[in-house]
Amino acid sequence: MIRSLVASVTRLISGVGRIPYAPCGGEPAIYFANHTSHLDFAVVWAALPDEARENLSPAAAEDYWGKSAFRLKVACGLFQAVLIPREGITRENNPIERLAEALKAGRSILIFPEGTRRGDGRVGEFKAGIHHLARRFPELPLVPVQLENLSRVLPKGSFLPVPIIGRACFREPIRFDKGESKTDFLVRARLALLGGVEETVN
Amino acid sequence: MDEDTKILFGVVGGILVVASVIGAVMKLRVKTEAGRATVANLNARTRSWWVMAGIFCATMVLGHLFTTVLFGLLSFFAVREFITLNRTERADHEVLFWAFFVFTPLHYVLVGIQWYGMFSVFIPVYAFVFIPFRRVLTGETKGFLESTAKIQWALMVCVYAVSHMPMLLTLPLRDFEGQNAKLLFFFVMTVQMSDVLQYVWGKTCGKRPVAPRVSPHKTWEGTVGGIGTTVVLSTCLWWATPFNPWQAALMALLICLAGFFGGLVLSAIKRDLGAKDWGNSIAGHGGFMDRIDSLCFAAPLFFHVTGFYFGTGIDPRPPGWVLEWLGR
Repeated sequence: MIRSLVASVTRLISGVGRIPYAPCGGEPAIYFANHTSHLDFAVVWAALPDEARENLSPAAAEDYWGKSAFRLKVACGLFQAVLIPREGITRENNPIERLAEALKAGRSILIFPEGTRRGDGRVGEFKAGIHHLARRFPELPLVPVQLENLSRVLPKGSFLPVPIIGRACFREPIRFDKGESKTDFLVRARLALLGGVEETVN
Repeated sequence: MDEDTKILFGVVGGILVVASVIGAVMKLRVKTEAGRATVANLNARTRSWWVMAGIFCATMVLGHLFTTVLFGLLSFFAVREFITLNRTERADHEVLFWAFFVFTPLHYVLVGIQWYGMFSVFIPVYAFVFIPFRRVLTGETKGFLESTAKIQWALMVCVYAVSHMPMLLTLPLRDFEGQNAKLLFFFVMTVQMSDVLQYVWGKTCGKRPVAPRVSPHKTWEGTVGGIGTTVVLSTCLWWATPFNPWQAALMALLICLAGFFGGLVLSAIKRDLGAKDWGNSIAGHGGFMDRIDSLCFAAPLFFHVTGFYFGTGIDPRPPGWVLEWLGR
């Protein structure tokens, strides 16, 4: 109830519409999106149909969302996020392990393979994390989500949102291929997110 | 609500009933795939018209304050579409915050409290000057003029120009006190009729494009037919305005021409940005900007021409010989 309401408000503010059907018929999946702002995970979460949203655990930065009791409650209680560390990674707090646990429990996850927010709105090279997860769960579909304009709503370094109309484009899912090298997989995943077209540099 | 207003609402309701019936009949009779798509779009447009006409008429009855709020929201969404489509840079972010959350609401507060003097200079002077001042503080020089100009245009077109419609309700006119709602109705009705009739004429017998690169669907046949028919129909509404019939005809012509060129100008901006529509908020029509594009440029023109010839003087009077020369 509260979640639907928050999702509606998020859609209203970001201008992102709700997609009519869940990708892959709503079965568990690894969603991956380009990372442009703090709003990213909330927007993908809000754009999904109710059931798919209930089953989604977005990855959220522990150093930001774990800072206070309130943030922790919002991230884990409301968005059902998996908190992952970005620095000082040890065997105990390995982010891949935490995400794998969620997948083992039959949930979907949302990750940002670039690792960090980029300020310029472009999509950077993917880090290896998505490959590790795909290799461990080869049966799961990988759903690319291209986010546009959200860095203009709330750019890095600003806390004032501006009501630019954002867009979340759910692309055709891709599958893990055993015979493919890690580099090739990362390139293919990134291109699938861009809709098969390389960005033009202007 | 006086008798005239009731008749005007009746006219709108009647037109929409007729349009809905025609749409329903066409839906049953259309056979081809392309035809079905056209009729589906037509019916979506008609349904949206019911909603838009309903909201507009309701706020008009509720008075100046509600009309101000309605157009304020319209402006806000229009600026949003305008800025979204125009690429802006990181350095524009703080200026945009001012534009959205300070200048736009404050301007409509001025409309609401009917402070005409400040209303007429707030955006053209204060916002115009402030925007480059705030932008220069960021220290970013790349695309400076382009960025500031985009934001100034967004405020001028989507906020300042549009706000002349609710402001029309407060324009003091000779022998027309308390009836300005009908004048706003005359204006909006004329622009929207012109849009619809140009579309209908263009669809049925449009051949030669007026400006193929700017707006491929605008044809000479559509434009002349649409404007001609609108002028005739709007002239028939002269009894609801401070104009006599030939004055109403000239005013309608002015509104239609300004609407036509305003639509073309915003279309040119849209094409340059590589988009077909400004948004997708209104089913069948596109975005808010697609619906109000022809109102934007016509509104301030209509406001000032009406004020000049029929007003009791909101602006300081020009020298006597100028008045004489202009026929007043």
